[in-house]
Amino acid sequence: MLQIDTWKRVLIWLVCVTGLLMALPNAFYTRVEQSNDAIAEIELKGETPERLILAEQWPAWMPSSLVNLGLDLRGGAHLLAEVKVEDVYASRMEAMWPEIRDALRPERATVGTIRLQQSPADEIRVRISQPEGMSRAVEVVRGLARPIQTLTGAGSTDIEVSGQGDILTVRLSDAEKLASDDRTVRQALEIIRRRIDEVGTREPTIQRQGADRILIQVPGIGSASELKAIIGTTAQLTFNPVVSRGTDANAVAGVGNELIPSIDETGVFYVIEAAPVVTGEELVDAQPSFDQNGRPAVSFRFNTSGARKFGDYTRDNIGSPFAIVLDNEVISAPVIQSHIPGGSGIITGNFTVEESTNLAVLLRAGALPAGLEFLEERTIGPELGQDSIDAGKVATIVAFVAVLVFMALSYGLFGLFANVALIINVGLIFGLLSTIGATLTLPGIAGIVLTVGMAVDANVLIFERIREELKTAKGPARAIELGYEKALSAILDANITTFITAVILFAMGSGPVRGFAITLGLGILTSVFTAIFVTRLMIVIWFERRRPKTIEV
Amino acid sequence: MRLKLVPQNTSFDFFSRWKLWLGLSALMIIVGMASFAYQGLNFGIDFRGGTTVRTESPQPVDVAAYRAAMDPLGLGDVSITEVFDPTFGDDENVAMIRIQAQEGAESVTAQVVNDVQAALQGHDPEIKFISVESVGPKVSGELVQTAVLAVVLAIGAVLVYIWLRFEWQFALGAVAALVHDVALTIGIFSELQIKFDLAIIAALLTIVGYSLNDTVVVFDRVRENLRKYKKKDLKDVLNISINETLSRTVMTSVTTLLALISLYVLGGDVIRGFVFAMIWGVIVGTYSSVFVASAILLYLGVKRDWSKPSNTAGNQYADIDA
Repeated sequence: MLQIDTWKRVLIWLVCVTGLLMALPNAFYTRVEQSNDAIAEIELKGETPERLILAEQWPAWMPSSLVNLGLDLRGGAHLLAEVKVEDVYASRMEAMWPEIRDALRPERATVGTIRLQQSPADEIRVRISQPEGMSRAVEVVRGLARPIQTLTGAGSTDIEVSGQGDILTVRLSDAEKLASDDRTVRQALEIIRRRIDEVGTREPTIQRQGADRILIQVPGIGSASELKAIIGTTAQLTFNPVVSRGTDANAVAGVGNELIPSIDETGVFYVIEAAPVVTGEELVDAQPSFDQNGRPAVSFRFNTSGARKFGDYTRDNIGSPFAIVLDNEVISAPVIQSHIPGGSGIITGNFTVEESTNLAVLLRAGALPAGLEFLEERTIGPELGQDSIDAGKVATIVAFVAVLVFMALSYGLFGLFANVALIINVGLIFGLLSTIGATLTLPGIAGIVLTVGMAVDANVLIFERIREELKTAKGPARAIELGYEKALSAILDANITTFITAVILFAMGSGPVRGFAITLGLGILTSVFTAIFVTRLMIVIWFERRRPKTIEV
Repeated sequence: MRLKLVPQNTSFDFFSRWKLWLGLSALMIIVGMASFAYQGLNFGIDFRGGTTVRTESPQPVDVAAYRAAMDPLGLGDVSITEVFDPTFGDDENVAMIRIQAQEGAESVTAQVVNDVQAALQGHDPEIKFISVESVGPKVSGELVQTAVLAVVLAIGAVLVYIWLRFEWQFALGAVAALVHDVALTIGIFSELQIKFDLAIIAALLTIVGYSLNDTVVVFDRVRENLRKYKKKDLKDVLNISINETLSRTVMTSVTTLLALISLYVLGGDVIRGFVFAMIWGVIVGTYSSVFVASAILLYLGVKRDWSKPSNTAGNQYADIDA
């Protein structure tokens, strides 16, 4: 009749004990957190007596995973950024022009002279003086195309070339645009991660969302604007040949050139060639330093190919100026004095020490491949988070006690069994949350409170059923058995449907809502487990010891 | 002596006026939807874009002065409300300022936030900005879509699940109850103009889950009793089933409400709207599982000839052992 195999009993207790053990660190949150931090620091920076003391606050053999607190509980900044992937198309096309020019030059006999025309940013238009040679020109430029590997576009190439009259048009193919978008976002993600890591905040969340968005959450940072200052700068460094220098903001730059302002000489504008000689991507190092006059500067070093390009260019253009351009502003435009072969140099400008340090960090982390647009930003002050935690704690405890008392009053001894199960249940939720590294949010706390209220449902169903069966069944053991059996389908159906909604919430929601879905979903799993295994085991053990002739539920 | 909210054996007749109850529900839905159509929901920035700033200061909140300080900025529709909460101390005077999405700006402008903070600090130097949230119109549009989709998907998934586990009449009854609960919740949010944001969508889905939980328990008993009392009227079977599960329905509603009410009173103002939605949902969800779901079932009628043989255990999970 009422029998549970020994191995099942052991397994059930084992699950409960493990769950509670995993939940335990959360009861000593600050201590464990300090200990974990200290251990991480020791690994990174070596041992110090203070770190050791902090690390030993929590025994090493104990589980030490904690529930992550969401931004709404800990305070911090949240940003949703959209990567402007189209930015990349323009620079790709700019870089194409010298290649096209060099490819068409040997064909001068058939195509005649070539001229770059005005065009939208994502394509290149070239006028050739002998339209009869167009088919040859198209053929030659097509030869520059590179095959790309995509899931759908097997055999497609990165550019589309077409000729109409005397105009040759080159644009990026759709397949290449897709591939490029993906690369751009991934690159941006990586660079944002590096920049945030350089600043050294704890547990930042940096995630890709959808095709072209990046979600950034950094706990403990003062405000979203601070975060934006760190990651929002493109830090696109290029070295471009200077065509002319002037003070006219509306000067005509000419095709293939660009008019950009100087960063610290107001009213001064440079016309530069749009295609850079070298870009910041080829930097291998950048460090804050000082120039020969003791002013803050940034020294840099190129990689081999960058060094060669830079060396060749300086050798060929001694006496002419070139511009160091950062995010579309000229930092400085020195005249090349001599051949610079080593690939290292120094950027001077009107920097403060802090600015030169920041610039070095940004250059080292790499430039963002494209601009970012911020679609959503949230700053939550740490006080608000702490208030929410405190309020949540009190509310949870009161809810808990109210339900415990109510259950004990309603079901007597069986109510106490259900109460023990409820306590184990909440312990299991925290244990699971810590183990899977889930994030607890304010709605998540609400989810736990709701679970406390609803978790007893399964037990209520069973107890009510036992009451009913007591009226008809032969003896209490049979009634208990039937109660569990018959309540099972209602329990499963009811919980599966709620679980479905939790899963949908998790899939569709974000941030705090997702936190709610997690606690709700886990709460359903643990409450079903505790109701149909744990309380049952307790009741069976009690029944075996006492062998009561009658029971009252 | 045990605490008993419901007597041991009840035999209330829930369906003597079932048409009246259905009519009443329909009327309430119509009132709610009329309110929704007439004044609409008080959407938070999640759904319509804009910026909210939560301020805290030892000085009392002076809404008029705040407004005067911000007026020169020309930000369009600005709403300022003082927040009261029993958990606040004497030196915590909290206000919520909501600024509409700025014309023509796709993304969030830091400028606006800085201007507002400077203007308010000019009025009250001790003021602190404990949270600042901005959502651009692009994202808010998508959030609306996702939210609607989530609710529709949840209801659809449930419809399918109940259809598979019961019969289509049960599924329709359950879904009618869900739609009833969601409609009434939207109705009361519109009527009382409580802020409707992303968290409320989570609450809506929880209400869907809870109401369903209740409905399924009743239906499960109906299915069992349909096999047990083959000769009885559907109406009687429904009445017996609801009476048999009444004690459980009340118990679970009470424990859930106990938990929710303590959260409502003590949980702070940030989640109060969210908790309010759930409390409301538990009440209408409990009501609807009897007076809507079961009444619809009665109206539709069910197939009485269950092909599966009825055994003592009565269901396919009966062999599962602990």
